[in-house]
Amino acid sequence: MSQEPVIAIDRVNHYFGSGRLRKQILFDITAEIQPGEIVIMMGPSGSGKTTLLTLIGALRSTQEGSMRVLGQELNHADHGLLVPLRRNIGYIFQAHNLLNSLTARQNVQMSLELHSEVSEREARRLSEEMLEAVGLRDWAGYYPHELSGGQKQRVAIARALASHPKIVLADEPTAALDKQSGRDVVEIMQRLAKQRGSAILLVTHDNRILDVADRIIYMEDGRLSALETAPI
Amino acid sequence: MFAIPLAWLQLKREKVRLLVALAGIGFAVILMFIQFGFQDALFDSAVSLHRNIEGDIFLISPQSTALIAMEQFPQRRLYQSLGVSGVESVSPLYLGFATWRNPTNRKTRQILVIGFEPDNPIFNQTIVSNLAPIRLPDTVLFDRASREEFGPIGELFDQQKVVTTELSGRRVTVGGLFKLGASFGADGNLITSDINFLRLFGQRKIGQLDVGVIRLQPGADREQVLKRLEATLQESTKDVRVLSKEGFVEFERSYWASSTAIGFIFTLGAAIGFVVGTVIVYQILYTDVSDHLAEYATLKAMGYRNLYLLSVVFQEAFILAIMGYIPGLLFSTGLYNLTRNATSLPIYMTTQRSLMVFCLTVIMCMMSGAIAVRRVQDADPADIF
Repeated sequence: MSQEPVIAIDRVNHYFGSGRLRKQILFDITAEIQPGEIVIMMGPSGSGKTTLLTLIGALRSTQEGSMRVLGQELNHADHGLLVPLRRNIGYIFQAHNLLNSLTARQNVQMSLELHSEVSEREARRLSEEMLEAVGLRDWAGYYPHELSGGQKQRVAIARALASHPKIVLADEPTAALDKQSGRDVVEIMQRLAKQRGSAILLVTHDNRILDVADRIIYMEDGRLSALETAPI
Repeated sequence: MFAIPLAWLQLKREKVRLLVALAGIGFAVILMFIQFGFQDALFDSAVSLHRNIEGDIFLISPQSTALIAMEQFPQRRLYQSLGVSGVESVSPLYLGFATWRNPTNRKTRQILVIGFEPDNPIFNQTIVSNLAPIRLPDTVLFDRASREEFGPIGELFDQQKVVTTELSGRRVTVGGLFKLGASFGADGNLITSDINFLRLFGQRKIGQLDVGVIRLQPGADREQVLKRLEATLQESTKDVRVLSKEGFVEFERSYWASSTAIGFIFTLGAAIGFVVGTVIVYQILYTDVSDHLAEYATLKAMGYRNLYLLSVVFQEAFILAIMGYIPGLLFSTGLYNLTRNATSLPIYMTTQRSLMVFCLTVIMCMMSGAIAVRRVQDADPADIF
């Protein structure tokens, strides 16, 4: 049975700057990501990986070509539609970007607060469950500055996945972590995404984690240069 | 949306910054309370004599501007008013500043002398209980709430000592005490009879009054009598002005408020407090927003709207307003007590003023919030990847 892809990119070009300084960053990008698929995007720095990620995440507006995310065309989309769309996407950043004034549990809960159908008590319970799933049950009441780098990134994963997003976008989530923590983080991501049927698009330089991917794509100089099936 | 009180949690996180902010807001609150308090105290003290005179309608010269600058008018206007229906009785009132010599250190100072007929008093029993002494020549009653520069007259009198001193070149004896209070215009008060008054102010012409006090018959319509008096006295002779009691109080208040620099100075002082507070709160909120810019951008990426972040900033402003106001209010109440004891000025923490300063504090913090939220717009979720 063929499903509609959660992300469908068709001949997307993107430019930065204007006038003489206008520089093309993305060239004719075409790609699809199916529900539940884990895709790793590799490529050298400055090749446009992060830019593509922000376009998919509706954080930047698409300039040329067609960008369909969860069935929603983002090119020429109204800003009012972009904000609700973001609520169905989980983000994991290179820096954890947790809110320093909130405990781990409250940080996770912040992503559930956006979903008004979830009651406060329910949100609390779900947050605690998520923290348990990433192995931080006993750390729920701690503030980010009291946690290690790996623990913070696990809180960030719990936050990204708590509201059952269809898509998770991760930008070098293991860059600031040592080998073991990085491995743990990626495995947790993979396990939870499979359980929940979320698709993951993961940008990384880290060769140690390529095995979790269903598929690897390469970005070089703004072009998706090769697609290959990951070794399973 | 408010299950997690982000605004409060963020403020609480930076304890030192919170304390600095509260100190700043408290300072602004105290500054406003002091300025408004002094202004009101000035007005209240300036009109305390007016309020305490037992009378319904007052006659003054059209050239009079305030109690400290009274012109005289012919006494017969007051007696003419007895012919107007509704008038029960009238009392002439003489006012003038004389030089009082402090009997202990021999220093001199201007004091307000209030003269009236002992048979026809203008104060009730609670202020002056015994008027018999002033029937004696060169005998005065001393206001024990006068400033202490006039000498410890109250204590001396209570010790049954005879207090004699010099008043504008005449030797006078203190025959009793009363309590009215100092004002900005008059540091102290004396009461004496009309005859003693004219002895003191020998250069005054007989038959010239400073204030005419009119009392109405019970049940008389004040407005009607006022109109009749205006028609018969003010309109026809033009040498007298008819005022109701409120008008008489307002006459004095408006002099201090608009004809002197005082009203302007105090309002300016309060405005400075307001501006200082606004700047402090703005600085605190701006720093707070800047520190949390990455976090705010993250929230935007997660799908929070600008509106949520704006509301966080405004909540912080409101929390600061309330937390800064309370210590400011307590401290100002203490300062009022201190001032009242030191200056004999009637300065009290009134509900009306505390509410007004509270509203100003909230407005102050909200204005700062409105300037600081512009920074929130800078939080770009695309920058944080």
